[in-house]
Amino acid sequence: MNEVLLEVDGLHVGYETEDRPVNAVVDASFTLRRGEILGVAGESGSGKSTLINAITRLQRPPAVTTAGTALFHAQDGSKVDLLRADRDQLAKIRWEEVSIVFQSAMNALNPVLRLGAQFVDALQAHRRLSDADAEARAAELVRMVGIPADRLRAFPHELSGGMRQRATIALALACDPELVVMDEPTTAVDVVMQRQILRQVQRLQRELGFAIVFITHDLSLLIEIADRIAVMYAGRIVELGPARQLYDDPLHPYAAGLRDSFPPLHGPIRVLRGIPGSPPDLRDPPPGCAFHPRCSKRFARCDTELPELLRPVDGRQVACHLHDAAVLGERPVEGEKVG
Amino acid sequence: MTSSVEVVDSGGGSAVPPPGAEPLASPGPKRGRRSSWVYVARRVRFYLVATWVAITLNFFIPRLMPGDPAGAIIENLRRTQTVSAEQVRAIQRLFGGSDDPLWRQYFGYLNQLAHGDFGISTAFYPTPVSEVIGSGIWWTLGLVGTTTILAFLLGTGLGILAGRRPGRGFDAIAAPLSTFIGALPFFAVAQLLQLFLAGKLGWFPDIHGYDVDNLVPAFDLYFVPSVIHHALLPAFTIIAGSIGGWLLGMRNMMITTISEDYVLLAEAKGLSPRRVMTQYAARNAILPSVTGLAVSLGFVVGGSLLAEVVFAYPGVGYLFYQSVTSVDYQLMQALFLIISLSVLAANFIADSVYGLIDPRAREDV
Repeated sequence: MNEVLLEVDGLHVGYETEDRPVNAVVDASFTLRRGEILGVAGESGSGKSTLINAITRLQRPPAVTTAGTALFHAQDGSKVDLLRADRDQLAKIRWEEVSIVFQSAMNALNPVLRLGAQFVDALQAHRRLSDADAEARAAELVRMVGIPADRLRAFPHELSGGMRQRATIALALACDPELVVMDEPTTAVDVVMQRQILRQVQRLQRELGFAIVFITHDLSLLIEIADRIAVMYAGRIVELGPARQLYDDPLHPYAAGLRDSFPPLHGPIRVLRGIPGSPPDLRDPPPGCAFHPRCSKRFARCDTELPELLRPVDGRQVACHLHDAAVLGERPVEGEKVG
Repeated sequence: MTSSVEVVDSGGGSAVPPPGAEPLASPGPKRGRRSSWVYVARRVRFYLVATWVAITLNFFIPRLMPGDPAGAIIENLRRTQTVSAEQVRAIQRLFGGSDDPLWRQYFGYLNQLAHGDFGISTAFYPTPVSEVIGSGIWWTLGLVGTTTILAFLLGTGLGILAGRRPGRGFDAIAAPLSTFIGALPFFAVAQLLQLFLAGKLGWFPDIHGYDVDNLVPAFDLYFVPSVIHHALLPAFTIIAGSIGGWLLGMRNMMITTISEDYVLLAEAKGLSPRRVMTQYAARNAILPSVTGLAVSLGFVVGGSLLAEVVFAYPGVGYLFYQSVTSVDYQLMQALFLIISLSVLAANFIADSVYGLIDPRAREDV
């Protein structure tokens, strides 16, 4: 459990545009342990998906990884930098070690291939399996998520949205990966289905022991399943810590705002508060802390100086001047709130 | 306070089937095959009706238009000579004019068609229209049919190559070049080719479908090579004129398709790049091109007017040109009918094939 699986360090991803480059992910660093569920939360455009597309090497132009490493500790003890792995190394890691579940199961399955074929080709790309054996394994996989095996003969459009999403999860587990990246796997389904899928993911994770990077904008959903949560804002990780603590006592004002924007799945009903304003334009981010124009606790330093992600204290990290011992002498600007 | 927990638990607990349990039977595995037959049967019904409409319109439209073919010929004759009433009646009879009511003429027309009788061509008098078309259609099917399929295969194949890495490598040349070639006026290009490659250099014959002065059509070692030699320039013109469209169409669809999640997922699955490009990207991107091919194949029977006229190729396109210049209404009408029917037939085939290559198309008919 405490064995390191993935070490991401100083990851930068930019989008090359005509006028000026956009920094979509800036200096992202985190460590994922085997069997751990790491939640990544943030608003649209905060860089969550860009981050995982870079790590899984699925990014498309104009996205470019400009710096950083992502060391993956494979089952055989070797370490591979995913960002620099060549085609052969990638072919070995993909699906065997790292698999992915996309947000929209509607589009994640090839519409012209039967569901079964999309399991079989993945299995046969990595294992020497006969057609019959691969089909048997596919049947076993879909049954794990409660889909009857005869639906393998269906085309994706013949399945319900929830079934499709569960099928893509089963597909991700085809080769017993060590890490499953889930990019908003429950966003496109209704809340009942969302609940079911979360439970299944939890159960499968307990049984099979893979690690998960779970991306969502819904912090209250992450608290249900994640061991640790990273909150992203404007391409940076602004807070990272154990899920419960981060949720109950967020250090970063943005994390607090994000928490108060969603009703909790469990527990007492809270007054919902949105975060005023909207995410910054990444082509022209505000100086200092990118969140300062929307922050109710900002003070002078926030406008000019970028807060670094601090060293872990009790396993928690935050990038906010409010918690920086070096600047704690200064006081927040009284009564100045930005609507 | 705890009520939300309970609701969530019972909702989740009852809806998730335990692993290994077989939930409700689904509609059944046979459904896929049966629905493709139902699909084809529905299409057949639709096309039978469409065919009848096409034949009917083909009969009524010329008759509802002001003036008639016989009148045009008689007018023409009157300019140079006096025309007797007998001649007028003879000409009118020649054009199928009669005093019967329209509905009786209509059934007569249907009866004629059923016997493959399209009347007599005036341009090639007294050859029956069916024979005139019969002489041209094989030339056209050979030339235009082959080139349409070749242009589709080449253009689509190159489009796949161009679309997989847009803006780079092969695409950096292919896309602008296709646009450039597509913008050339092909009538002029065909004539330039004829002038230089055939006229000046003498590498190719300039007109006709074979060496008409020295050879008799036969399946032999003299005639067949001559046909191929004569077909090269027109074929090149047709392919060059249409390949760019296929290329760009396929390229653009590839670009849209390769950013679809299922292509990304296929890549993430660690499938070979070749399989990702064929089974996942191209297999989906080609769907609109297949429709386009069907429509093009339907128009093959109409011939390639441009290439056939420039190279005096003895196909249907050239017949069309001749029927218009010599006001041969019977021939024109028959050609129109044949073209509409073959477009329908090609669409029918395309629809049926489309249902087979795109499972989604079978459902919503």
